[in-house]
Amino acid sequence: MEILVTVKEVSTVEDEFGIENTTIVDQYLNADLNELDDYAVEEALQLQEAGIADEVVTVTIGPEDCEQTLRQTLAKGADRAVRVWDDALENIDLLDVGAKTAILRAIVEAEEPDLVLTGVQSGDDNWGSTGVSLAAELGLEWGAVVNHLKHDLEDGTASDRRELEGGVEELTEIELPAALTIQTGINEPRYASLRGIRQPQRKELDVHTLGDLGIDEGAVEGAVTVTDMYEPESETDATVWQVRPEETAPELGELLHEKEVAP
Amino acid sequence: MSDVLAVTDHRRGELRDVSYETITAGRQLADETDGDLHVAVISGPVDDFAQICNREGVDAVHTVKYGEEFNHDVYTQVITQLYDELAPQYVLTPNSVNGLDYAPAVANALNLPLVTDTVRLETNGDTLIATCEMYGGKVETTSELTGNAVVTIRGAEWPGADGIGDAEIKEFQAEIDEDAIRSSVTAFEEVGNGNVDITEADVLVSVGRGIEEEENLELIEDLADALDATVSSSRPIVDNGWLPKNRQVGQSGKVVTPDIYIAIGISGAVQHVAGMKGSEMIVAINTDPNAPIMDIADYAIHDDLFDVVPALTEEFQ
Ligand SMILES: Cc1cc2nc3c(=O)[nH]c(=O)nc-3n(C[C@H](O)[C@H](O)[C@H](O)COP(=O)(O)OP(=O)(O)OC[C@H]3O[C@@H](n4cnc5c(N)ncnc54)[C@H](O)[C@@H]3O)c2cc1C
Ligand SMILES: Nc1ncnc2c1ncn2[C@@H]1O[C@H](COP(=O)(O)O)[C@@H](O)[C@H]1O
Repeated sequence: MEILVTVKEVSTVEDEFGIENTTIVDQYLNADLNELDDYAVEEALQLQEAGIADEVVTVTIGPEDCEQTLRQTLAKGADRAVRVWDDALENIDLLDVGAKTAILRAIVEAEEPDLVLTGVQSGDDNWGSTGVSLAAELGLEWGAVVNHLKHDLEDGTASDRRELEGGVEELTEIELPAALTIQTGINEPRYASLRGIRQPQRKELDVHTLGDLGIDEGAVEGAVTVTDMYEPESETDATVWQVRPEETAPELGELLHEKEVAP
Repeated sequence: MSDVLAVTDHRRGELRDVSYETITAGRQLADETDGDLHVAVISGPVDDFAQICNREGVDAVHTVKYGEEFNHDVYTQVITQLYDELAPQYVLTPNSVNGLDYAPAVANALNLPLVTDTVRLETNGDTLIATCEMYGGKVETTSELTGNAVVTIRGAEWPGADGIGDAEIKEFQAEIDEDAIRSSVTAFEEVGNGNVDITEADVLVSVGRGIEEEENLELIEDLADALDATVSSSRPIVDNGWLPKNRQVGQSGKVVTPDIYIAIGISGAVQHVAGMKGSEMIVAINTDPNAPIMDIADYAIHDDLFDVVPALTEEFQ
């Protein structure tokens, strides 16, 4: 069986940064594989090593810049990778869930995987929704916030644990084919091996435009438009200590003595 | 006029607090355009739930008796049918683990736009203005969308609805297609208990990803020893296996309310803050002045933990 893993290159912001209109200025952004997707890729690779999956394919929607991040997934052991991008996506600040679903749907239909793994959410714009929306679009069953998956997938069923709030987990049986959104901590993501790092240059990385996939540009326009971005107003009346630690320490010490918690 | 359908959340026989917050948010949106507020209670002891959800400002409560616990296939079917019946402009759900397990499917089935994890909402009956956070809370955005939508709301942003309403309580005859229920819950399990109970501690020294390496945890343990405090942590420390699950503070860990919570190298993601914002006094040590934790701290130490923590330990030894 084939496992398709959706992966996103996310941006992380430096401590000090600037905003221009509705985006953070490029120079303050760093790119990384979405942490949750790293766990999803690992889970797929472990299923392959357990002899359950024959092929692991990763897919991303993103410009050419993000190919390095996509190649990381090949370096870790994915067999193939797919990237979707189009001029029509260039000027969209924020791809909403509907747009991502429309694009990923075409890839799932072409690949026909038995299992789709996504991350629970993107670290930057955190919709927390693409996996479930995609499953609903394709008529697949789904499970959200999975932090344990039994590696047998017998009888076309996935036995998993869903992480709920307050330290409670739900044990769920999910019929395949399905999409699961993967939570951190489900496994220990590997680092790419040296051999793996050299190899991905030779592995297949397919690039598609919307036209190739038969997706109408109107389908990705999105319904949600960002109109403003700003740093949240600080509501704090915190006492800020920004002096040398040798001075901070006695001050905090005194405070804790006052509160009768320090010896 | 925008009517709103607010969906409640429950687990193991109890409504979750975010249900009442969703009712408040729903009432607010309905008020802005003179609309009605409908509330849905699905599965479980719905008659009891309906009484409890009949809070001030609720116009109607719709109950659907089907099974005991949440099932996303059932919720998706019921909510799409309620939408067809009631024609609300907005479907409002909690941004809880359950909410995110059906809201995207409902939006998809109804072909509606979706906005998630909103912290403020405003409508003029045509355009919805939603405020959300991005980049782990470092910035806020406002977004606009026109027409009908499915919206999830972040917990603890709206107060819980109270008072007693005069809602009409009616059973909704949903038609559940059992063939489309392709997942089932077999059990619930409590995890993360054990010999240490961080919820009992008066002082918590809590460590996050800023600690970088497992070896460096020693610095934190030394400080905790000097203060006679208990060590807790954010999620990545537990995910890495550096501390056991029973030390995790937050949405999926423990909710703690110590006298003093010292957050060291923790950014203050919403899922973490959900577990510690009730602390009496919060001290944060962080190199990033814009980290959200600095905003909720009483004492914000903007400095490198590798300098500050040893100095503190020395001070208390
Ligand atoms: C469904 C779900 C449930 C979740 N449940 C939980 C939960 O229960 N608990 C939880 O904690 N998280 C939870 N999370 C994860 C949460 O979103 C964050 O990813 C997590 O809290 C981040 O942990 P952190 O603050 O330690 O790490 P980061 O966000 O990486 O922050 C590290 C911080 O350390 C600071 N730092 C770095 N170096 C130094 C230094 N030398 N000195 C001082 N400061 C330094 C940085 O400035 C930064 O602010 C959940 C996520 C999801 C999606
Ligand atoms: N641009 C993208 N390309 C590929 N996968 C994505 C993209 N955006 C989101 N995803 C997947 O959907 C998951 C949830 O993201 P989101 O719904 O955006 O929070 C992520 O963890 C990814 O696995």
